[in-house]
Amino acid sequence: MTDQIKHHLTDALLMAYSAGNLPEAFSLTVAAHISMCDDCRARLGAFDTVGGALMEGCEATQLSAGSLEATLQRIKSGDAGIEPARRARSGGILPGPVQDYVGGDLDAVKWKPVGMGVKQAILPTSRDATVRLLYIPAGAAVPDHGHQGTELTLVLKGAFRDEMDHFGPGDIEIANEDLDHTPVADIGEDCICLAATDAPLKFRGLIPRIAQPFLRI
Amino acid sequence: MTNLRERENDDWVACISRIRDAQDQAAFAELFNHFAPRVKSFLMRSGADATMAEECTQEVMATLWQKAHLFDPTRASAATWIFTIARNRKIDAIRKHKRPEPEDLPWGPEAEPDQADALVLQQESEQLGQALAALPDKQRTLIEKAYFGDLSHSEIAEQTGLPLGTIKSRIRLALDRLRHAMK
Repeated sequence: MTDQIKHHLTDALLMAYSAGNLPEAFSLTVAAHISMCDDCRARLGAFDTVGGALMEGCEATQLSAGSLEATLQRIKSGDAGIEPARRARSGGILPGPVQDYVGGDLDAVKWKPVGMGVKQAILPTSRDATVRLLYIPAGAAVPDHGHQGTELTLVLKGAFRDEMDHFGPGDIEIANEDLDHTPVADIGEDCICLAATDAPLKFRGLIPRIAQPFLRI
Repeated sequence: MTNLRERENDDWVACISRIRDAQDQAAFAELFNHFAPRVKSFLMRSGADATMAEECTQEVMATLWQKAHLFDPTRASAATWIFTIARNRKIDAIRKHKRPEPEDLPWGPEAEPDQADALVLQQESEQLGQALAALPDKQRTLIEKAYFGDLSHSEIAEQTGLPLGTIKSRIRLALDRLRHAMK
């Protein structure tokens, strides 16, 4: 998998993921790409190291009196923060972090048709951005659409081509509001993508659904 | 200075081993005294008030104790590892959502970490810290804001009065310098 990937995460995205500053929907897409791409995993390691060095370079802030004792007490009573468990390779079609949101692999996805054979499933995340699985039948096109903000599209299975390039499994396309594109799935295999967008909240709910841009992107 | 810091780095790794192997409270106190005040600074600069930062810092340090067996010195320095725990706490407590984690690599911490790999990793982390400290102030400040300020590039532009293009190119320049320093 990892050798075929041509389209990678940018430094800006890796840095923001490392710093913990991305909306949940983007973090999920970044985590899914890293699950498939050892190159970006190594680059993330470097950004985490930068974070560690910056934290260690911070001036010390005075702790509360008895802070160490209070912490030892927490340890005794098992009262630590919840640290996400490391997870092993899933072995399925969906990367592990995506399976966590779906509640299973591909067969557990609750697809909703959005027209022309294209289906989607919106995954539950914090409201500052949205992320969905997209199912594009072989040879079909997602109608031409622009973007309100940034859109990340990660190919999980199959491939698509648009005005920019050809994207295969593990490739991530990073599009901003300048790009109007028409992704077309390759002939021969249905294409499944994970797509995240940070379109502003004001476009949700206030405007009747029918008037919203395609797929609420 | 370099030798002192390198020795400190090795010491931190040894402290975590002592916590893992012997539940050594003195080793924990050493780590706590060095890192806890810096974790608290990181959390406060990320938008937590003093009370929340203190609470989260205690939780981060308690997590360090409980997860000491997962620390892998061939993958991270103590500072890097503690940063990732603090970062996850910040997302949970301040941003109020969970952090999706990538799948782990198929080879895991169950194998005894290779001493030579660990040494190289610790030295590289040290080098990176020095390269970061040696950056021109303007570049370092922007990288710090990107990590700690919980600010987007456009918000940094508002705060610093620098145009967005300048910020992006300065951050890129800083990253290039860091990469160059690591060669």
